Amino acid sequence: MENVSISIEKGEFVILTGPSGCGKTTLCRCLNGLIPNFYSGDLTGDLEVDGVNVSGKTTAELASHVGFVFQNPENQLFSLSVERDVGFGLENMGVPREEAIERVQWAMRATGIFDLREKAPYELSGGQQQRAAIAGILAMRPNILVLDEPTSFLDPKSAEEIVAVIAKLSDDIGLTTLLVEHRLDIVSRYANRVIVMDSGRVELNGAPSEVYNDRARLIGVGLPRVTMLFHLLRTEGFDVTNPITVEQASVDLRRLLTK
Amino acid sequence: MISIQNVTFHYPDGPDVLQGTNLEIHDGEFVAIMGENGAGKTTLVKMFNGLLKPDKGTITVDGINTRKKSVAQLSRDVGLIFQNPDNQLFAETVAQELAFSLRNFGFSEDVITKRVTSILNTLDLERYEKSSPFVLSGGERKRVALGAILVWDPKHVIMDEPTIGQDYLQKDRLRNFIMQLVSQGKTIVIVTHDVEFVAECKPRVVLLSHGKVIGDGPATTILTNSTLVQQASLVLPQISTLMKNLTDLGAPSEIIDAYAAKDFVVARMSEKVQASTRPLKS
Repeated sequence: MENVSISIEKGEFVILTGPSGCGKTTLCRCLNGLIPNFYSGDLTGDLEVDGVNVSGKTTAELASHVGFVFQNPENQLFSLSVERDVGFGLENMGVPREEAIERVQWAMRATGIFDLREKAPYELSGGQQQRAAIAGILAMRPNILVLDEPTSFLDPKSAEEIVAVIAKLSDDIGLTTLLVEHRLDIVSRYANRVIVMDSGRVELNGAPSEVYNDRARLIGVGLPRVTMLFHLLRTEGFDVTNPITVEQASVDLRRLLTK
Repeated sequence: MISIQNVTFHYPDGPDVLQGTNLEIHDGEFVAIMGENGAGKTTLVKMFNGLLKPDKGTITVDGINTRKKSVAQLSRDVGLIFQNPDNQLFAETVAQELAFSLRNFGFSEDVITKRVTSILNTLDLERYEKSSPFVLSGGERKRVALGAILVWDPKHVIMDEPTIGQDYLQKDRLRNFIMQLVSQGKTIVIVTHDVEFVAECKPRVVLLSHGKVIGDGPATTILTNSTLVQQASLVLPQISTLMKNLTDLGAPSEIIDAYAAKDFVVARMSEKVQASTRPLKS
């Protein structure tokens, strides 16, 4: 990372994207203290998360502020039942039993896995496992959720469902969400902001329809295909908008074709 | 040719993952096997190089039953690239990783150097020649794993989820690379969820759901069939949904990628311009 300056407000839903190796994961690891606590390197500058200055804090201390969800849910699940897995973090934090039960149930309901609570994680589909991983993080009641390509291993339908669950949480409880994603087709509709990194720097930062421009394309951002179509139409000389969802694109293209 | 006849398979103590699967993949074909998580896609392709053998039914590769050969023998012709590169990588440097199999197959050092250099170049890995594969990003490690197989030039190349963790430019490069391999006459089989990647490459699409083939045909037919797509837990390509929303305006249902959609719009708009400038008959 080089001279990265960003600020994300409470309740925002932000997509962080950019070519592989651009520094997305590195940035995320700074937010919960994995860097510099577990990865050696040289970290300078100021980092404040949820009102806490990260410097000198342990990853465990930061866990109640920032929840982290990884690509592969299997790395996050290991208990005999979903319920135990979701409660694992709370147990470690020493949360009283009554409160822990309440929080676990809430988290399982919020992610739509309450009916699966007695199953073993390996009995679940990939999408259900990722929900269980998210529930385990939610139970710790972080104000900020950081997800590093949480849909990579999921089929498109499960991916859509997971992203919808995350977006709903972000709305319902004002969870601040930073989502690292390449699958912009699926996630763009929910984001109020997109940050594009390239070679360790923040190159673009704004609303999706502003950020999904030619520069983003050149950097290697995979624009939603409908957005891409409208780019192609602009290069053909048509004066068109910059839609980021299929619904919007349908309306705009209909307008063009019936003009 | 890879031929799968009435294959059933289950893992110990598990249900049947494949349930009488039938499929023929011809030499030089480009096939995408798609379907939900747990559909049996990875299980199926692990049979192509003999890593798994069917409970019932037969798999033949170029006429030879996979039960009759070792994985090492089959691998010379069937290169299988795993979904998770970390299951495959072990050497100290990227160059050593790429050279490993060639040494095992007994190629001369001269040939090894040439092939390794060419693969590093094609997969945009030159700058990592002397790096450990494990300091690279996920997407980069994936390319090293791909290179480590392609370097010995197998006749059939099987890639399990090649686009996971790859950004758009890398996917574009992967697509070009696959096309290059196809034009060399290699059989390419990809297992993938990546509907948009498939919509751009347009291979033959085989839909697998609960261990059975539920759809088989050109991408433009299969990926625009809402019923099949939903059954396999996929989604329609964005452009396909867009075209379906505009069928009343004559949008063709077989369009699944942005470039074809652009061509349709441009053609339609120029028809309109011509119609409006044509002199009225008196």
